Amino acid sequence: MDLNLLLESAVNGALVGLMYALVAIGIVLIYKSSSVPNLAQGAMVMLGAYIVLAYAGLGLPIWVAIPLAIITMFFVGIAIERFALRRLAGRPIVMILMMTLGLDIFLRAGAMTVWGGTARPINLGIDDSPLFLGPLLINRAYAVGAGIAVVMFALFVLFFRTRIGTVLRAISDDYTAAWSVGISVERGVALSWAMAAVVATIAGVLWGSVQGVDQSLALLLLKCITVAVLGGLDSIGGALLAGILLGVVEGVGSAYLDPLVGGASRELVDAAMLILTILVRPHGLFGRHDIERV
Amino acid sequence: MLFRQSGIYHTNYAGTRALFPIPADRIMIGSLLAFAIAAPYLVNSLYLSSFILPWLIWTAATLGLNLIIGWAGQFHLGYAAVMGIGAYATVHATRFGVPWEISIILGGTTAAVIGLVFAFASLRVKGLYLALSTLALQFVMDWTISHVPAISGGTQATLQAPALRLLGYPIRSDVGQYYVALAWCLLVTLFMLNLRRTALGRALVAVREKDYAAAVIGVNSFRFKLIAFATSSFIGGVTGAILIFCFYHAVTPEQFSVDVSIQALAMVIVGGLGSIIGSYFGAAFILLMPGLMNSLIAWLAAKFGFALGIETLAHLPHALYGVLIILFLLIEPLGLGKIYSNVRDYLLVWPFGYVKK
Repeated sequence: MDLNLLLESAVNGALVGLMYALVAIGIVLIYKSSSVPNLAQGAMVMLGAYIVLAYAGLGLPIWVAIPLAIITMFFVGIAIERFALRRLAGRPIVMILMMTLGLDIFLRAGAMTVWGGTARPINLGIDDSPLFLGPLLINRAYAVGAGIAVVMFALFVLFFRTRIGTVLRAISDDYTAAWSVGISVERGVALSWAMAAVVATIAGVLWGSVQGVDQSLALLLLKCITVAVLGGLDSIGGALLAGILLGVVEGVGSAYLDPLVGGASRELVDAAMLILTILVRPHGLFGRHDIERV
Repeated sequence: MLFRQSGIYHTNYAGTRALFPIPADRIMIGSLLAFAIAAPYLVNSLYLSSFILPWLIWTAATLGLNLIIGWAGQFHLGYAAVMGIGAYATVHATRFGVPWEISIILGGTTAAVIGLVFAFASLRVKGLYLALSTLALQFVMDWTISHVPAISGGTQATLQAPALRLLGYPIRSDVGQYYVALAWCLLVTLFMLNLRRTALGRALVAVREKDYAAAVIGVNSFRFKLIAFATSSFIGGVTGAILIFCFYHAVTPEQFSVDVSIQALAMVIVGGLGSIIGSYFGAAFILLMPGLMNSLIAWLAAKFGFALGIETLAHLPHALYGVLIILFLLIEPLGLGKIYSNVRDYLLVWPFGYVKK
């Protein structure tokens, strides 16, 4: 295989990976504050994109629809925590996993019920023509998405240095201790759900502009779970780095594997990465080391 | 009242060790069994083959999954993949000319062997990470089944199942296939009922509660986790094969996709972790609910005169299915089995409700 193609798939892969990281940050935020693995994050991405389209369908310009959708999803996130997850606190993890899976089913089928199953595009006005970086062709939509992912990451890093951010860090560090010094743990957890929903909306807009808005957006779950676990489930920086890593491995791996197995090897690469991560280094690249080994 | 305990005196060891010491339980189970055996002559054949038959098969699957989640406490989000492996192995063996009885055991064994791959993950990690790795393995299995033509059977990816031949006699009628499913379901139920009375069952419960503690009291948790995975995979594999031979009659990769795994998990959760009667309830609930919902919605739409699009009608039951899972987790986390045992506990001491059971 020639070097240019390899480089091209690596660079595009890294950009796509940053967009995966944007989805994965949502999982990390929720896991960090409440140790709940949110398997409905893919469905939340899809829901965010659909809500943007719903506002745009009312005749609002897209740049008004997106902030409105972000505000709506903020409250959706709070509502999910308030009505579904709060009552499950302290239950065995199988119940919590099942709850998020039930949420996933509900959100997916609910969106289909309301908006139908046909794929619809979100037009952000990004030029279709590729970007040239020397001899490399780069997808402009991916580049924009990656840029926004990096900006979001920077915002979160800054946010965690503010007062509320410190409160969230305290909650993620020790539930009970945070409680005993007067921090409202419930409010912190609800806030992290809301922020995850907001990130999901942004990711939904970007992914929707790349591949159209339909049920398949919810399938981003496998990739973002992989990214989140690889980065360490409670590390936002880890998610960013793991996103780039997964993107490159996936891009290069599928470029080599696709001709061998007749296409569609991306999912296989993702699943293999997830399994390998869990078997070799369950706490990921930057995760906390307090995982119980058997 | 119903489940009266007065007057039950155990005068020999067999009496104390009976599965159902209370006569009401025995009477209920006896009549249910009688009904199940007579069902082909009592029930409309449409209901028999489209409701009761899949219910029995899925109950067996739920019991197998319950063994690994409810008894051994290990997550398994890839149960459908294991069922699929059993189904494909059996179909291929039968097409190859192996007698059905042998090929179904072969299918179960293949499923058990590959199920042990899932167990490998369980030996390294537990809890959430085990759930995620079994989910990933499910994706790998899905991909392998649908992308390897030697397994899935070429471009159409539909493999016709040969006729079911039991001891050389072809079983083509719905009634015959119903009896095969019933026999398997009863066999699995009997196994699970007795599991809790064996050393194996108690060891699994010890591993579930705390594997360190189990190791301290001399239970080799490593070994019992492997046994649990292998056993439940064997049950899953055979059930997958019976699902194909008695119900679908052709096997495609979508029949064993991730959604099916989640559906099986929902059956276990809705039925109740570690509950045998709950597995029956859960399978029935998850299996029959979408159809019932569909007809209910269609009936409501006709009655109140609002028109629903085809797409809405198709997806609404699915959305309600998600809502019901959530409601179950919130209202009765131990499932329908717990509701049943609550009623039973109440009736055990009725009318003396103040007696704490």
